[in-house]
Amino acid sequence: MEDFVFKPFEEMTQEDYSRIGFKSGLEVHQQLYTERKLFCRCPAGQYSEEYHAEILRHMRPTLSELGEYDGTALMEFKTKKDIVYRINRATVCTYEMDDTPPFIMNDQALDIAIQVGQLMDCNIVDELHIARKQYLDGSIPTGFQRTAIVSVNGKIPYKDREINIIQMSIEEDSCREVSDFGHLRVYKADRLGMPLIETVTAPEMLNPQEVAEVNQIIRKVARSTGKARTGIGAGREDVNVSVTGGTRIEIKGVAHIKSIPLLTYNEAMRQWNLLRLRDELSKRGITSDTFQSKTDDVTKLLKKTQYEPIANAISKGLLVKCVTLSGYKGLLSWKTQTDTFFGKEISDRVRVIACLSKTPNIIHSDSAENTISSADGQKIRKSVGAKEEDTLVLVWGDETDTDTASREIIIRAKEATVGIPPETRQALRDGTNGFERILPGAERMYPDTDLPPIMITNERLVRLRAEIPAPFWIRLKEFKDFNISDDIAEPLSISKFATVFDYAVIKLKLNPILVAHALIQFSKRLKKKKFNIDLLNNSNLEQLFISVADGSLAKDGILFAMEMIIKHDGKYDPKLTIPANEVDIKQSFDKCIKIMNEQKLYNYDKRPEILIGLIMADLIGRCNGQDVRKYVSNNFRMEA
Amino acid sequence: MTDESYKGYRGQALSTLKNFEALVWSDVEIKTATGQHIGIILPRSENGDDKHIVIKLRSGYNVGIACEKVEDIHINGRKEAHYQIPEKAFPFDPKKPNVKLLGTGGTIASRLDYRTGAVIPAFSPGELYGSVPELADICNLQTEKLYGVFSENMGPDQWRGTAEAIGREIQNGAQGIVIGHGTDTMHHTSAILSFMVQNSPVPIVMVGSQRSSDRPSSDAALNLMHSVKTAADSDIAEVMVCMFGPTSDIYGLLHQGTRVRKMHSSYRSTFRTIGEIPIAMVDRQKITPLRNDYRKRRDDRNVIINTAFDDRVAIVYYYPNMKADIIDSLIDNGYKGIVIAGTGLGHVNKPLYPALKRAQDKGIAVYMTVQTLWGYVQMYVYDTGRDLMDLGIVPAGNMLPEVAYVKLGWALGQSQDLEKVKEIMLTPIANEITDREPSNGYLIFQGGIPEVEDFISRYQK
Repeated sequence: MEDFVFKPFEEMTQEDYSRIGFKSGLEVHQQLYTERKLFCRCPAGQYSEEYHAEILRHMRPTLSELGEYDGTALMEFKTKKDIVYRINRATVCTYEMDDTPPFIMNDQALDIAIQVGQLMDCNIVDELHIARKQYLDGSIPTGFQRTAIVSVNGKIPYKDREINIIQMSIEEDSCREVSDFGHLRVYKADRLGMPLIETVTAPEMLNPQEVAEVNQIIRKVARSTGKARTGIGAGREDVNVSVTGGTRIEIKGVAHIKSIPLLTYNEAMRQWNLLRLRDELSKRGITSDTFQSKTDDVTKLLKKTQYEPIANAISKGLLVKCVTLSGYKGLLSWKTQTDTFFGKEISDRVRVIACLSKTPNIIHSDSAENTISSADGQKIRKSVGAKEEDTLVLVWGDETDTDTASREIIIRAKEATVGIPPETRQALRDGTNGFERILPGAERMYPDTDLPPIMITNERLVRLRAEIPAPFWIRLKEFKDFNISDDIAEPLSISKFATVFDYAVIKLKLNPILVAHALIQFSKRLKKKKFNIDLLNNSNLEQLFISVADGSLAKDGILFAMEMIIKHDGKYDPKLTIPANEVDIKQSFDKCIKIMNEQKLYNYDKRPEILIGLIMADLIGRCNGQDVRKYVSNNFRMEA
Repeated sequence: MTDESYKGYRGQALSTLKNFEALVWSDVEIKTATGQHIGIILPRSENGDDKHIVIKLRSGYNVGIACEKVEDIHINGRKEAHYQIPEKAFPFDPKKPNVKLLGTGGTIASRLDYRTGAVIPAFSPGELYGSVPELADICNLQTEKLYGVFSENMGPDQWRGTAEAIGREIQNGAQGIVIGHGTDTMHHTSAILSFMVQNSPVPIVMVGSQRSSDRPSSDAALNLMHSVKTAADSDIAEVMVCMFGPTSDIYGLLHQGTRVRKMHSSYRSTFRTIGEIPIAMVDRQKITPLRNDYRKRRDDRNVIINTAFDDRVAIVYYYPNMKADIIDSLIDNGYKGIVIAGTGLGHVNKPLYPALKRAQDKGIAVYMTVQTLWGYVQMYVYDTGRDLMDLGIVPAGNMLPEVAYVKLGWALGQSQDLEKVKEIMLTPIANEITDREPSNGYLIFQGGIPEVEDFISRYQK
C-alpha cells in the first residue's frame, strides 16, 4: 500500500488522483416529459402531499432466473420493515398499487429514450426485453422496477477524448420516501411509474471535477430533445467510485451535480483509508481467518448507568449487548472520510439492517466521548473477559434487533480485514456518504413475464432520427460559426427550439443572430413576465418566422407576436401584427404628437425620442424602429 | 443434438445459432453489423418470433439481437441456470399439529418457464420451508402434489380426486387440510368440496395467490401462513377459502366455500363473501371469528365423502334478446341440468318460453339464480316469474350461480329423479342457501362517497 495521505479537497491535484487510481462512472437518471406514466395511464408529473389511502406491504426475496438470491434482497429481508404507501387517487391507480398487471409500454416514452440513445451514438437494441430489477427497500410496491435496455455501446465527446456509454435503459420511477424510522418506512406513490432513462457511463472519469462535467453533458443530451423533464428531482444520479485496490461503490441519490466533486473525493478517501485500515489489521495479525469476536448480554451490568440512551433503554425493559472485537483497539476511531470514522460504518449498518434508527445506536471503547462511566466500562470488560487491546461495542434494543445488530457489527468489523465491502451508499449533505445497502448484483434481474418483448423496427429508428437535431456539441460549434454569443449559443444548443432555428436560418435564410436572440432571450423575457412559454412550440414559431421572412411581420414585432401566441393559447395569428404602412405611421404620428403636446415635458429637447417611443407603443408589433425613426426625423421639426 | 440445446428457438434464429454452434446458456460475444454484445444466450419464449436471439448481458439485463445482423458468435464458456428454491428439510415438532397441504396448481410456490415465459409451480415441504420458513413455527407440514394445473383446467375428475384425498388425509389423522389452488376457479372447487366432503372434523382451507411467489411483493407467503395457521389452530371445521382481506399485508379472511366468489381479475383482495359475512379473520398471530354458526372442530374422523357428479350441466347467463336456440342446443346435446343466471329477481324473456317448455318435457332440471349475485330469487313478484315456475323452473334461493352449477352436477350424479334432485338442491348443506341475509351481508364500498372515503383514508386498505 502506497503511503499516500489524503490532502484537503482544494489541494488535491490530478497527480494525486492518478496516484490513488481514482476512477468514476455515472448512472444518470432523467425523467422523460410524457403526459402519462410508463406502464399505466396515470398522469405523470403531478406531485402532491395530499393522500387518500394507505397500503401496507412487506417484501420477501425471490430467486433470480439464474437461481441465485441477491445479497441486497437478503439484507432487506433481514430488516423486516413495514412499508406503507400513501396513495392519491388522482395520480395512482391499481397498477402502481401492484393490484393490476402492467399495460403496454408508453410508446411516447420509448421514442424519447431511443432518440437520446441516437444522440449518444448508441447501438439501439433490436428487441426490447422488459426486466424486473428487484428493489426490496419497498420504493416500488411490486418489489421490482420494470426496466429495459434501449441501447448499448454509445459515446460522448469530452475534452480531447470520448467517454463510453455502456448502456441506456428506460424504466419506471420509484416512490418518494416520506420517512424511515425503526421498522416503518413510508412512501408517497405519486412519482411511482413515471418514465425515466438511466444512462450508464464507463468508469472513465479520472478526477472528481470530470465526473460533474460529464454529468452535465449527459443531462444536456437528454434536455436537447426537448422531451426531458427539468426541475427539482427530474434528474438524479448515482456515482460509482473506486480507487486502486478498492471496490466499485455506488453513491445513490445525488440530487445536484455541483455536489458530485466533494462526494467523489470523500468516497475515494474512504476507500483509501479503509485499505490502510486493512493493512493496519494485517500488521496486528488480524485477517478474516484469525478474526475473533463474541457477543454478551450486559444489561444487568448497566442497571445503574447514568448514560441516558442506555438508561432509558433498560428502563423500558430493552437489552444491552456487548460485542468484543479482539485486537481492534483504536480502530473504530480510524478516520474514513472528512470528520468521519470507522465506527460510523458500523453504526450505519446497525441503523439500516437492525432498524435501530435512533442515534447514537452504538457506543464503543475507542471513542473519547462521555458515555458510560469508566467503572462500568471496566466491569463489562472484566465480565466478558475482554483484553486491553480489544474494542467493545455496546448496542441496545429488543431481543431481535440487538441480535441482528450484534451480527451486523461483527460482519462489518470482519469485512475490514478484507477491504471495502461492495455497498450502495447514500449521499449526505456535508459531502460524505453513509451506508444504504449491500450493492446488488446481476442476480436481482429477472424477466418480466407480464409483458412481451417489443421489436424496434428500422423504420421507427429512421423516423425518430429525423425528428431530432444534431447532438448539442455539434450545434454549439455551428452557432459559434454564426457568431452567436456564448450566452445564447449554450442554451440554444439544448433548447427544444433547435429545429425551429434550423428551419428559420437554413430554409428561410433569416439572420441567425436575430433568430437565436428571439428563441432564447425573448422566451426568457416572456417567462420572467409570467407568460406560459410552454405554449410556444415548433409549429407556431415556424409560422412566425415565415411571416418575418415574407415581410408580413416586422422584425421588431417578433417579441410582441410571441406574446400574442401565448395570449391566444398557442395560436399564431398574423393579422394581429400586420406591418404598418406609410399611412398607418402618419396617422399614428399625428395622434402621438397631440398626446405629446398635451403633456408637460421637462426634457423638451428629447421630443423626437419621446415621439418615437409613443409611436412604437401605439403600433406595437407592427413596425420596425428604424422605419419610425426615419419617419420622425423626416417629418418632425423641433420648432413645432 | 436435441432441441433442448436450442430451447425455444426456431426458423432463422435457430439456424443462426446452429451455424455458430452456439447453444443456449453459452457465454458469448456476438458481433453484429451495428456493434458487439457480450452475454449468455437464453432460451427463447415459444411465443417469440424467429428473428431474434436473446442474451443476458453482464448487467443482468436481457436484450434481443436481430439474427440477420449477426456476423459472428464467439463462445467463451457456458453458464446454465439452476433454478432451485433452497430446499431444507421441514422440521418436525411433536407438539405441533400435523397439517397436510394438497397441491392442485397455482402460483403459491412457483418458478419461471423460459420457453413460455410462464410461471411453473414448485412444491415440496422442503421448497416451501426454504421460501417460507415461518411455516415451521405453526405446524408440521406434509405436502402432496395431486395435480399441477392452472385452475381453469380443474374439472369433475380433479374435484373427485381432491375430495377423496381429503377423506384419506382425515382418516390418516391430519389436524387440518390446506389445498393450494389457482385462484380463477377456486370458488367452484370450494363449493363442490363443500358438497363432496361433509361432516369434516377438521378445517379444510383453500389458498392461492394473486401475485405469483416469484415476486417480492407476492401475497403467496402470507396467504400460506394464514391458511396453515387456520388449518392447524382454528376450530372451524368448514371448507373455506383463505385469501387477503384488504390489499395490504395485514390479515386474511376465511370465506365459507359456498358463499365466496372471485370478484376482481387482479386485486389481492379479490375474494369476497356474497350475501353473508366471512366466517373469520386470520393474521399471523390469531384467528378472530366474525360468526359463531360454523361447524366446530371434532376429534372423531367421521367424514363423509360423496363424489357423485354428472357433468351434463350448464350455466346460462341470460342477456336481453337471448334466443331460444341457446336453450335448444343444450337440450339437443343431452344436458340434464341447466342453471340460469337470470336478471333481477330471476327472469328471462318470453322468446325462451317454448325452449324451456321443451326442457321441462324432456325432464331436464332447470334452476334459477340471480346474476346480481347478491339477493334471493323471488319469482312471485312479477308475472314472468310465475310463468317460469309454471315451466318447471325451480328458484334456487340465494345460491350463487356457480355454486348452483356444481351442486346440480353433484345432485344429478346421485339421482336422475327430478323430485329427489330438487330435494338435494334445496336442502342447504353448507350455507349455500341461507335462511336470511344479514344487513351487513351486502357491502360494496363505493369510492367517491364522503363517508367511505373518510373510512378508507383512516385504515390501511
